[in-house]
Amino acid sequence: MMPVIVIVSILFTIAIMLIVAERFLISYGDCAITLNNERNISVKGGDSLLSYLTSNKIFIPSACGGKGTCGFCKVKVSKGGGTLLPTEEIYVTRQERAEGVRMACQVKIRSSIEINIPESLLGASEMKARVGKIEKLTHDIKYVRFDLLDSERISFKPGQYIQIKIPGAGEYRAYSIASEPSKDSCVELTVRLVPGGLCSTYVHEVMEEGDSVDLTGPFGDFCLQEDSDREIVGIAGGCGMAPIRSIVHHMAERGMPRKMSYFFGARTTKDLFYTKELKDIESKHPNFKYIPALSEPRPHEKWEGEVGLITHVVDRYVKSTKNMEAYLCGPPPMIDAAIALLTKKGMDPERIYFDKF
Amino acid sequence: MALSPLMIFLAAIFTHNIALSYLLGMCPFLAMSRQLNTAFGMGIAVTLVMVITAALNWPIYHFILVPTNSQIISYILFIITIAASVQLLEMVIERFFPQLQNSFAIFLPLITVNCTILAVSLFMLLRDYSFIQTVFFAAGSGLGWTLAITVMAAIRGKMRLISDVPTQLRGAGITMIIAGILALAFIGFSGMMRIQ
Repeated sequence: MMPVIVIVSILFTIAIMLIVAERFLISYGDCAITLNNERNISVKGGDSLLSYLTSNKIFIPSACGGKGTCGFCKVKVSKGGGTLLPTEEIYVTRQERAEGVRMACQVKIRSSIEINIPESLLGASEMKARVGKIEKLTHDIKYVRFDLLDSERISFKPGQYIQIKIPGAGEYRAYSIASEPSKDSCVELTVRLVPGGLCSTYVHEVMEEGDSVDLTGPFGDFCLQEDSDREIVGIAGGCGMAPIRSIVHHMAERGMPRKMSYFFGARTTKDLFYTKELKDIESKHPNFKYIPALSEPRPHEKWEGEVGLITHVVDRYVKSTKNMEAYLCGPPPMIDAAIALLTKKGMDPERIYFDKF
Repeated sequence: MALSPLMIFLAAIFTHNIALSYLLGMCPFLAMSRQLNTAFGMGIAVTLVMVITAALNWPIYHFILVPTNSQIISYILFIITIAASVQLLEMVIERFFPQLQNSFAIFLPLITVNCTILAVSLFMLLRDYSFIQTVFFAAGSGLGWTLAITVMAAIRGKMRLISDVPTQLRGAGITMIIAGILALAFIGFSGMMRIQ
């Protein structure tokens, strides 16, 4: 009995002490957050910039939920905010430092501050959604459709991504949107099971149709350049399928006005998905070519398509890349090899858009 | 014979270094030893919290827990005092020493869950230290940990410039190996003093 009384009374004392200390020590008065020189948010200081932005419905990417371990929540601070903290040094490059880039979760608001956030991020919002459909695409990739609740609509560019808030963990994970923008009442994703991955395990093992999930987005500057009419080379591997599929559907809806070749790399036939869907688009639109390639086809699979690393296949198909643009999505080694190949063939590096993950 | 506080202080730094002979506080030791100034800031913050919490936990144990015969809750209580005092310290620093904020207050939340802090409070019980001995032991342990992490940061800084570490070993791998070598080196001090 005695230990219980002791611990309760000590806890009580400590709690009172902390409350009193907070009352007297932490008060910064009203601070103003000026956004892109136009919008003013007035807040009571003391918390992090990221939390104020989130509570004011401005969603910037943050995978770790404000713990300072992902380095995604970068914003440009033009005035105020103090100096760069050691916790940020790991994530902020020298060049970004010179531009005043900070991590929003590490900037504590104690006085007024002026920040710049790219317009593309301001379009992001928080959406409530229900899991509408889960389907197995391959042995380790699942298709998930989130239906937005409350007749909400999402407006995004093909290629952008959204974040899923993982229930219970308070963390976010980003996934490229696989559906086309005209489907604006739902979001389709393809999620590959990463061993030990927090969100992919949740999606694969726990999530069921009908569950409610919070999404934020859309984010990302990897998206289809709609004002150009250049021929497109799309290269993807694994779940890099998602953003390119969004681009393909988007263009198909418009009657495929530009030529496009889509190279998709997989290991074996087990890893191929959406083959029929893309082949159907190919047969309807002569401007579009879908070229899946296997790097390690098994003899018994009787694969008659392309064989080899996807970059080697691209090398065989694409002769000159002058006046073309490329969209790459997949694992970093694939992207690096593809960029090297395309620039060697004469593509302007500025016209190569990619999303590494 | 009662050990002199100075002896305990020196032993805690060299012969019984909390990072290198007990291998405690490895998580921040690996994560924060990438840069020298970060490592030093973390070290100083650990030292400060260690001294404060040990100085708080000693009277709590001896004047509250022992008389009420509630030693059983000492672990829980120590953790609570650590968390609370870190929180208080953070507020005080933010309010009165904002210039210190950047150099080490940001490390304070990381320290709450650092096992070296709890270890010092537990060692003080195991070894039956007096209050003065405890404070010197805490200060020595903190400085010893600071010494270990700054040495590690300096080595890692130098290695980035001159060594060609195999890719697979980069990061935590090579750091663990260096920590092992440093620990071996610290064994060299071990015959000098005895505190138990």
